[in-house]
Amino acid sequence: MIIKGRVHKFGNDINTDDIIAAKYLVTADEQELGRHCMENIAPDFSSKVNKGEIIVAGKNFGCGSSREHAPRALKGCGIAAVVAKSFAGIFFRNAINIGLPFLQLDDVDPVRNTKALREENRISNGVDKIKDGDSLEIDLAHGIIKNLSANQVYNTAAFPEFLQEIITAGGLMNYIKKVNRG
Amino acid sequence: MPYTITEKILLAHTNKKDIKPGDFIEARIDLALGNDITAPLAIEEFRKSGAKKVFNNKEIVLVPDHFAPAKDLKSANQCKILADFAKEQRIKNYFEVGCMGIEHALLPEKGLVSPGDLVIGADSHTCTYGALGSFATGVGSTDLARAFIDGKCWFKVPDAIKFIYKGTLNKWVGGKDLILYTIGSIGVDGALGKVMEFSGPVIEGLNMDDRFTMSNMAIEAGGVTGIIEPDEKTYEYLHATRHRLHATGKKAWSLQREAWGRLKSDTDVTYERVYEYDVSKLEPLVACPHLPSNVKPAEKLGSIVLDQVVIGSCTNGRISDLRIAAKILKGRMIKPGLRLIVIPATQKIYLEAVKEGLAEIFVKAGGVFSTPTCGPCLGGHMGILTEGERCLATTNRNFIGRMGHPKSEVYLASPAVAVASAITGRITHPDLL
Repeated sequence: MIIKGRVHKFGNDINTDDIIAAKYLVTADEQELGRHCMENIAPDFSSKVNKGEIIVAGKNFGCGSSREHAPRALKGCGIAAVVAKSFAGIFFRNAINIGLPFLQLDDVDPVRNTKALREENRISNGVDKIKDGDSLEIDLAHGIIKNLSANQVYNTAAFPEFLQEIITAGGLMNYIKKVNRG
Repeated sequence: MPYTITEKILLAHTNKKDIKPGDFIEARIDLALGNDITAPLAIEEFRKSGAKKVFNNKEIVLVPDHFAPAKDLKSANQCKILADFAKEQRIKNYFEVGCMGIEHALLPEKGLVSPGDLVIGADSHTCTYGALGSFATGVGSTDLARAFIDGKCWFKVPDAIKFIYKGTLNKWVGGKDLILYTIGSIGVDGALGKVMEFSGPVIEGLNMDDRFTMSNMAIEAGGVTGIIEPDEKTYEYLHATRHRLHATGKKAWSLQREAWGRLKSDTDVTYERVYEYDVSKLEPLVACPHLPSNVKPAEKLGSIVLDQVVIGSCTNGRISDLRIAAKILKGRMIKPGLRLIVIPATQKIYLEAVKEGLAEIFVKAGGVFSTPTCGPCLGGHMGILTEGERCLATTNRNFIGRMGHPKSEVYLASPAVAVASAITGRITHPDLL
């Protein structure tokens, strides 16, 4: 699957209260949640996002509360994928379970440059190189992120086999259906 | 092969012969918890899957505590989804308003969690029960839905970080200060994806309420759980709560105690990291906006003027928290114009506070004494902040807008600092009263 879209850049430690404030946790409707996504820290966020766009953030994305409404709100407002230096544990499992695409692009992951750039200098730390508004093309199956605006390519580590199975099944509920049938 | 206490518990809940950090496992769970925010979503997923019956009606706990007693129509609907599901599935441990309390104070109090148990909860502060020597961790609603169906959950076996606390604690310094100090030292992702194992003579000296406070906030450093090896204090606590095994007779109890005694990390185990703290010089601490790791000594924050003080939550709403606060407040008044909101975490704590005269102290001093609820901690109800307001709370998070308006501020501290600050109207070290 290829995701191509504009970047909305955020910093470190974006918590799930930032992603969706608790006062909106009285519904499971993804569209409704999406309308209030990031409201406390970026009030105009949901109106700025077009369907298929991408969040790029620093470390510890999705920390705090376990609310699965957070990844659902991101989906609801049109975010197609999240790229961050690291993800908080519960957000990580929620994103796997509900099928919100995400990639970890940390400081030490191998970085592959385009030919032209390889000769100039080695790019380290993809997240810091990506700017708000850049255009990315993400190849989810191979974990490759192309920054079309900066003409760079970043590699991410593949998901472990077990998680890959849940992702391929289309989320946890489909996965257990498959496993329990087999 | 040497194992940590966490690995021992996880291994006992799989069919595997061996596990190591990084392995993905499917484990049987002993208890699955949901609340009025997370369970409705789980119930929806459960129904969508076509499942008709939960795997076990005794190992599921449903607590309407976040927006309950229902704060508005939509919350009332969420609570009703829980109540209806509990009735339909004959869920034994459903706690209606009047029986309920804040889930993470309630479950241990009801004797529902044992050392060695594997507990998941669709609430991040499920890690609280690590204080009983269980592996307890927060998950999402879909995880909970899956557990409803087959009683299982997937895990990545976590590495462990050992924290050793040495020295003698100063007056007014307790579990809250120790955990704030720890989070301040390692940062909000200092234990990301790892188990925090709390140990050392200082932990051994803490009462269970203080241990719960520490384990509760492990998630604030990214910890999967905050685990403490069970000891005599744990057993005493379990005995006093009329734990279900205690009720089955003396023999079962002593056999169980023997088994719990083996729940220790092997001495030759490899930790990812070991932190050793001498906490003898520690003074009461406050986490300033907008991260729990932004920790400063209370005495350096005397210029911070407050509009509200909240004493309560799954972190510090237990009876010993209320006792400390009432002891300091007795015979004094809170600062005029400031709002003091005291929220006992459970009905049992509420009654104890009434019987011991604590409720009267809070009310006479000008505070309010509320029915149990998570309420203001997550900006739900019972004390929402408007633009520009500042609150010092004994809760666990001070993120932007956590208690209401995005331009309000939350400071986190112990009940002692909270009540001292309510008296003066500024952040105050209790010694300065």
